[in-house]
Amino acid sequence: MCGIAGLIHRGKTTDIGSELTAMLQALKHRGPDSTGFALYGPAQAERQVMRFKVAEQEEARKGFDIQAKMRERKAAVDDRLAELGAEIVEEEPATDYAFRMTFGYDGDLRRLADYIEDIDGVEILSLGHALELIKDLGDAGTVAGQYKLGGFAGTHGIGHTRMATESDVDIRSAHPYWAYPFDDVSVVHNGQLTNYWGSRRALERRGHRFMSNCDSELIAVYIADQIDQGSDLESAMRRSIDELDGVFTYLVATSDSLGMAKDVMAAKPMVLYESDDFIAMASEEVAIRSIFPHEIDTFDPYEGEVRVWQS
Amino acid sequence: MAELNEEHASHRMGMHTEQLAGRTQQVFFDAEEGDNLVYPNAPDVDFNKRAEFDAADLDTPAINKQIRELMESGHGTIVVHNPGAKHSLGVGILNRLQLYFEGSLGYFGCGLIDGPNIRVKGRVGWSCAENMMAGTVVIEKNAGSTFGAAIRGGDLVCKGDVGSRTGIDQKGGTIIVGGRTGAFSGFMMQRGRMVVCGDAGDNLGDSMYDGTIFVGGKIASLGVDAVEAELTDLDVAWLERKLGLYGVEPANGVRNMTKIVAGKQLWNYDNLEPAEKKLVL
Repeated sequence: MCGIAGLIHRGKTTDIGSELTAMLQALKHRGPDSTGFALYGPAQAERQVMRFKVAEQEEARKGFDIQAKMRERKAAVDDRLAELGAEIVEEEPATDYAFRMTFGYDGDLRRLADYIEDIDGVEILSLGHALELIKDLGDAGTVAGQYKLGGFAGTHGIGHTRMATESDVDIRSAHPYWAYPFDDVSVVHNGQLTNYWGSRRALERRGHRFMSNCDSELIAVYIADQIDQGSDLESAMRRSIDELDGVFTYLVATSDSLGMAKDVMAAKPMVLYESDDFIAMASEEVAIRSIFPHEIDTFDPYEGEVRVWQS
Repeated sequence: MAELNEEHASHRMGMHTEQLAGRTQQVFFDAEEGDNLVYPNAPDVDFNKRAEFDAADLDTPAINKQIRELMESGHGTIVVHNPGAKHSLGVGILNRLQLYFEGSLGYFGCGLIDGPNIRVKGRVGWSCAENMMAGTVVIEKNAGSTFGAAIRGGDLVCKGDVGSRTGIDQKGGTIIVGGRTGAFSGFMMQRGRMVVCGDAGDNLGDSMYDGTIFVGGKIASLGVDAVEAELTDLDVAWLERKLGLYGVEPANGVRNMTKIVAGKQLWNYDNLEPAEKKLVL
């Protein structure tokens, strides 16, 4: 089933970590397997923020000699960043298998991402000037507590609660997906894509990489490919309505915008609240109510509808 | 059971105007058979006995239980404050009742009801009043998709916009939308009337067997088997009376509405209203 949620403040920064946690916790019944957040803080023009993991949660708990392997993988990441000329400004472990790192780098992002992910067991969750992508197993409260998301100041974010249907219960298959190799682009999705394998093969032939077998990752890569060809976000999303087959509602966020798209069957839910300075959306109104307990006017977007808001 | 003939009261009242055909339509529901109007164990409620409660800190089972307990104690008018868009509220009510929700409902609100008059001050989520048999449900704001799915009787009204697949599998009754409706509205409609004051999305009335859809605005496209029909004076009179009850009207007036019916005759199928053949259903 899965649940998705998003919010965007216009012209101000607030505690979006707590807001999105409340919204996703209200959607827990739609998917208890994993929860993910793509949070957008103030953009740091001179620095890249990278979130990455060196093992899956289950592997970190049960894997043979895994502690030594995780240390080796982390050391390899450090070495390769140094080799590429990245200057590490700040780093902190979010868990023993996931890390947050800030560094200065003005080279080719795709090359950096490919080189880091070439290390066995390492996956970049997000890379950008404003985006911080956190995803792990468990409900929103558990993940937010684990990664200390309460108090995260930012302008907008999207999130996902997952009920695994098409692929495994692991971090790799959890949402959001970073739209590799574009900084600050992330996607969450509720639905099923029926032309996944054909579209995936076509995108792989164009040089894109997939980290999972989850159909939702296709949307992130598709959007990345469209942007790579010179399309703007809204045009890419409008084209996706025709080219992605299946039932879907998805959200895309960039460093300064948030968009939603719904397939022509309108088979997956979405409820919107829109005011002059704040927009919230979710699979169910209860999620919006978790941050707006008083009466508000909400509505459903229609079939084939695409909307994009700026922060 | 009363026999069907041209003098039947339902014709004089304008309840149905269709040409009757088929095999099973000769059985009519008789309003004088009182036992069929009240469910066994239905509470005897008094509309003048009123109760209110705050649902802010209650979950769905607790809210529905509270409503049920108030009905059993004879309360005929119940006001629920702060429903908070919770799912499945006000479901399975099979007796007369005035029920007011002072806020929004989530999914499956007011489903499986037969008799109550419900008013929702806010918005409702997907599948509001699914399988409703009788009574009235009035939504003051917007509604989600599959509004009135498989409804069999009564009046279901949304004063704002509704999502997609409105009245999917509608088997009777009346659905009224003050604003616009999304794609596939009236999909596989079998009986009853749907009135959309605003625009309708793609594939309106797709695969409909019977029933009538009135649209005040633009129709994006008609579905398979749905065709435009002539708006009669009787239609106009019915629309004016019905819409007047709920205070909604199309921007261009009732006389400019478009009437959509099934363009394909299905043999071995009849088109009586559920109230007329309740036992057959």
